[in-house]
Amino acid sequence: MKKIGLTLLLLFTIVQLSTAATLKIGMVTTLSTKAGYLGEDIRDGFALAIEQGAGTLGGIPVELMVEDDGRKPEKGKQIAERFIKKEKAHILTGIVFSNVAMAVVPKVVRQNVVYLSTNAAPSKLAGKGCNPNYFSVSYQNDNLDEVVGQYVTEAGHKTAYLIAPNYPAGKDHLAGFKRFYTGKIVGEVYTKLGQSDYAAEIAALRAAKPEAVFFFLPGGMGINFLKQYAQAGLSKEIPVYGPAFSFDERILKAVGPAALGVKNGSQWTHDLDNAANVEFVKAYQEKYGRMPTLYAAQGYDTARLIGSALKAVKGNIEDLDAFKAELKKADFASVRGNFSFGVNQHPVQDVYIREVIETENGGYTNKTVKKVFSNHIDAYAAECKM
Amino acid sequence: MLLVVEQLLNGLQFGITLFLMSAGLTLVFGIMQVINLAHGSFYMIGAYVGATVTVYTGSFLLGIAAALPASAVCGMVVEIIVLRKLYNREHLDQVLATFGLIMFFNELTRIIWGRQPLFMDVPPWLSGNIELLPGLFYPTYRLAVIGVGILVALVLWLIFSRTRIGMQIRAGASNRDMIGALGVNIKLLYTLVFGMGTALAGLAGVMAGPILAVESGMGESILILTFVVIVIGGIGSIRGAVAGALLVGLVDTMGRAFLPALFRFLFDSATADSAAASLSSMAIYILMAAILVWKPKGLFPAHS
Repeated sequence: MKKIGLTLLLLFTIVQLSTAATLKIGMVTTLSTKAGYLGEDIRDGFALAIEQGAGTLGGIPVELMVEDDGRKPEKGKQIAERFIKKEKAHILTGIVFSNVAMAVVPKVVRQNVVYLSTNAAPSKLAGKGCNPNYFSVSYQNDNLDEVVGQYVTEAGHKTAYLIAPNYPAGKDHLAGFKRFYTGKIVGEVYTKLGQSDYAAEIAALRAAKPEAVFFFLPGGMGINFLKQYAQAGLSKEIPVYGPAFSFDERILKAVGPAALGVKNGSQWTHDLDNAANVEFVKAYQEKYGRMPTLYAAQGYDTARLIGSALKAVKGNIEDLDAFKAELKKADFASVRGNFSFGVNQHPVQDVYIREVIETENGGYTNKTVKKVFSNHIDAYAAECKM
Repeated sequence: MLLVVEQLLNGLQFGITLFLMSAGLTLVFGIMQVINLAHGSFYMIGAYVGATVTVYTGSFLLGIAAALPASAVCGMVVEIIVLRKLYNREHLDQVLATFGLIMFFNELTRIIWGRQPLFMDVPPWLSGNIELLPGLFYPTYRLAVIGVGILVALVLWLIFSRTRIGMQIRAGASNRDMIGALGVNIKLLYTLVFGMGTALAGLAGVMAGPILAVESGMGESILILTFVVIVIGGIGSIRGAVAGALLVGLVDTMGRAFLPALFRFLFDSATADSAAASLSSMAIYILMAAILVWKPKGLFPAHS
């Protein structure tokens, strides 16, 4: 009797073990440093999708491993290496910053691992450096600047003044704006990375009398700039524009009324009218008690894209090519509505201009103003030979 | 011309924020011979406590009133628990320990306040602009910062030149063994000086709150400049801190404001923009190097 009991127990454990053989997904993201909230939102959006599937993505049980890269390329590389070698993960995702992505992604995609970007999408990985194992679910970095360039041109501003930090991404983002802006650029200022006081730049800007200001200052730099711009009394005189990075719901909370009415470019807003988005925004607020940001939406979309492909291959990712083919179909309901992949496996999607508004309970958020690009393809797709 | 005046004011205001930070640091460095990298953390604590109290009570003055003792008490606790063990150790040990403190405080603010940067607005009675000269509008709040800074410099000067404790502190800066031998309670003096320094950092933090993002790690960006200031001014000297802070504030601001325009006369615009950006971020370090060549101990050394 005892023997039978033991055998049963043993059998039971074996069955348990085999069903518990879940698929591991490695997330390398930024949770510490000032920018930690970006990774937090990506992780939370991703985790929400898994929770909605009761621990599965597309019916396949998954385990999400999250590690903090501290915004350091070296550390990101080590974590990715560990996920691949030790945990045998075949799917990696989560990187926030382009410099970390440039250190990690090219190395990872050579090792029969699929990397899906939830945020950073530098031009080098979209053009000549594109790879069949690399997908960007967010955008190509320049997209959100291009849409503003187009909008500022359409709005009839004849002169513009540009500000960005003095590092490669700063120059890339301004280049994105200039690609679609046809007016005259009366000033192009590169500030120190991490600069906190912009009084000198703002005074020089006022003297240059542009019709519009475009800035790319991610994180705290943008908070500082917007507050000081409003304090100088300029927000009433010269309209300021920027990509969505300085206007997510968590930054807006720190900027306060200084950002009211500012128009910014994004591929997603919480008010986009599609069923997937309505459900996502509601579920996210219920679970985390705060408004989702575009980063959360990108994390959520990435998880659901993985889910759609896993479902199609029935959880078998040993055949990586079949899995990638399913990923490329992008057969899932994106919270952005329109979504497909281009030749370089970057999104072909609509890009919008939105405006910062005050909510009923005294908070701040964005509302969609205008769809500027439909099915927008990034500028580097043509260089990609896959 | 008006632009030059405005940029001078900007430089003055930046310099004064730097002075509040460096006054405390230079005393700690000069008297206790401790390299305290965590000075920026007290700036951050001041800003966080100030922002929280201001939002909660709706009064900016109460925010300042709360931030000052909070950063002073944190500073004194840190001095008693951590720094006392380090006075007789090498500088490297002090750097490592206080660097650890930076990470500790950054993580602590993240645990208490979360990753979300805090919001702090200019109080209504200081918002808006004042027309200083016809056509020259300057934010009232920044003028108030300049005023507070000058006031603090005056009060410090009074304390140091007119009070007994100020005399002891000055004596400690020039010969600390001797002042101990003369029967001054050097331990208590150290704790007090440290608390005073961190309170000033907290004041700088809470006053920067309405202008800057109140976020975890905000102290590090100003810390490096603060060290440049005290090296230029001469370690341990308040007069040096005033001179160094104003010099750094003015050179940095004027560089950022006028180098791009100047370079555009000389080169085509793309080269000018990137060259000006690089040179203006180097300007204060070039200044520091030049001053150290001329006066290796800084402008007003305390131990001359």
